[in-house]
Amino acid sequence: MSVQAWTYIMVGASFTLYIGIAIWAKARSRQDFYVAGSHVPPVLNGMATAADWMSAASFISMAGLISFMGRDGSVYLMGWTGGYVLLALLLAPYLRKFGKFTVPDFVGDRYYSQLARFVAIVCAIFVSFTYVAGQMRGVGIVFSRFLNVNITVGVLIGMGIVFFYAVLGGMKGITYTQVAQYCVLIFAYLVPAIFISLMMTGTPIPQLGFGGTLTDGSGTFLLDRLNGLNQELGFNTYTDGSKSTIDVFFITASLMVGTAGLPHVIVRFYTVPKVSDARSSAGWALLFIALLYTTAPAVAAFARTNLLTTISDAEYAKAPKWFKNWEATGLIAFEDKNKDGLIQYRGPKSDLENELTIDRDIMVLANPEIAGLPNWVVGLVAAGGLAAALSTAAGLLLVISTSIAHDLLKRELYPEISPERELAAARIAAGVAVCIAGYFGLHPPGFVAQVVAFAFGLAAASFFPAIIMGIFSKRMNKYGAISGMVVGLLFTASYIVYFKFVSPETNHAAHWWFGISPEGIGTVGMLLNVLVANLVSYRTPPPPPEIQELVESIRMP
Amino acid sequence: MQKLSSQDAYWKKNLRYLSVLLSIWFLVSYGFGILFVDALNRIRIGGFYLGFWFAQQGAIYVFVILIFVYVKLMKKLDKQFNVDEQKAPRP
Repeated sequence: MSVQAWTYIMVGASFTLYIGIAIWAKARSRQDFYVAGSHVPPVLNGMATAADWMSAASFISMAGLISFMGRDGSVYLMGWTGGYVLLALLLAPYLRKFGKFTVPDFVGDRYYSQLARFVAIVCAIFVSFTYVAGQMRGVGIVFSRFLNVNITVGVLIGMGIVFFYAVLGGMKGITYTQVAQYCVLIFAYLVPAIFISLMMTGTPIPQLGFGGTLTDGSGTFLLDRLNGLNQELGFNTYTDGSKSTIDVFFITASLMVGTAGLPHVIVRFYTVPKVSDARSSAGWALLFIALLYTTAPAVAAFARTNLLTTISDAEYAKAPKWFKNWEATGLIAFEDKNKDGLIQYRGPKSDLENELTIDRDIMVLANPEIAGLPNWVVGLVAAGGLAAALSTAAGLLLVISTSIAHDLLKRELYPEISPERELAAARIAAGVAVCIAGYFGLHPPGFVAQVVAFAFGLAAASFFPAIIMGIFSKRMNKYGAISGMVVGLLFTASYIVYFKFVSPETNHAAHWWFGISPEGIGTVGMLLNVLVANLVSYRTPPPPPEIQELVESIRMP
Repeated sequence: MQKLSSQDAYWKKNLRYLSVLLSIWFLVSYGFGILFVDALNRIRIGGFYLGFWFAQQGAIYVFVILIFVYVKLMKKLDKQFNVDEQKAPRP
């Protein structure tokens, strides 16, 4: 059977599964819609969290990104996993004990202030929309690359599916579909990784093959060969970094803290039955995430070594079939600048001119073909990419709809609204959010890539410190928390806006404060938030006794 | 008053666990993976450079272990202070 036929089968089967689950897990109440009735077993919640967390970017782009960045790519690996330690130890159990529906719920109640709640709502909606636009685009891209439909049709199909199970099932539907989506995506990621590891190093475990020797009979370690190739062709040594230590430090911290502050991740911990389940569920989530995140750097190294050995200085006329296939999609572009018929792929330190441009996504998308795997694996990778994009999109849409129906309507504007009408409003909000996200997917604002730094930076500078101080300091009052959030947000937003939009030509290390890039500035924003919050808080009256009791009570399970 | 002091003891113990586990968290990622990465890269384990391994593999494994250790410690602590939710009467 052809690649195309297999792709239709894999994608069709997985979509049918998601729809079936959505019908089975229909939400009947507000509790179901917002927090899946708080009945989700911790292991399943871990899987759902992992699928929720790992987006199209993790699945499709991350390995490629690392393979071009070498050691610098570890900012993503550590940054997007280390936050779960913070979640499990500092946030999840206490928020579960608090036991309402959303992050603005906690911020608003703990700081006894509608203004604090409003700031939190705005952040939650902004962060989630930023994120979801990229996901819908990802759905469209996967469709267009694997099924040759145009991006518009792809985005519309994706919208239809998410609309169906998010509007019908709410958190309950989303959770159980995410469990299925995790299984699909991890299987789709591991199968080609295991094959390529076997092919290159003779061991089926990519994490070990990464540090193993090559099977070409040379007895050389894979990483040594890769370093050698990189140097020879004028790239940075793979296991050395080129970013400054301080920048790596701050980017990693910003991504970690941002992860722990992202509302669509935090709300997942409201769905488990008990406080102790919230702790263990974060552990399961990280275990399931780690399965992909420790495989990705291995895939990155395999794919890069393979790429450099097979195509560098090869005759263009004799290039392998996958090279031609992907050239047709525009993801690989070759221009024979010196007209010698050979592919010169060179880095910045080489004397020769580079003739090859490679899109980073190719490292995962073309992996099965490069490794010569059967057609069904290619179809599986398509289904996996879609699962990753859809699961994240659904989780984000739920945060948006909950923020509007519950936080804004119920808690801010119409407190007397009936639960039935609130649920209806949540469904309508989810529907509208799907349409807006779809619109962004079809007409991506040029700044989607840039605003990802925004999402993490803002979450790091606003939610994370506000929640942490709300739990660990009884003295923190509303004046401190609000001024901290506002200062953190304004500082982080202006730094990013300045370097990304106002004056992008100055966006390099020489102009950055202390050599910290916009990606890492969220960490500084967080520190400022904490500083300002404490200064203000100690000069204003302490929170009322009932709030101090609330803090006491969330500390005990 | 009795209840309050037991609550304080529980919280103090919890904070102690947190500070130890978070120090390890910091050490393996920011320490081994970032600050001392070049020094550790002089050590080879198999094909890996140790600093590089921590940055791309080791830190993540330690993160997972840290969470499960905390889960275990807190389970014990919950039992010890009788705030174990499993003991709550079921409807």
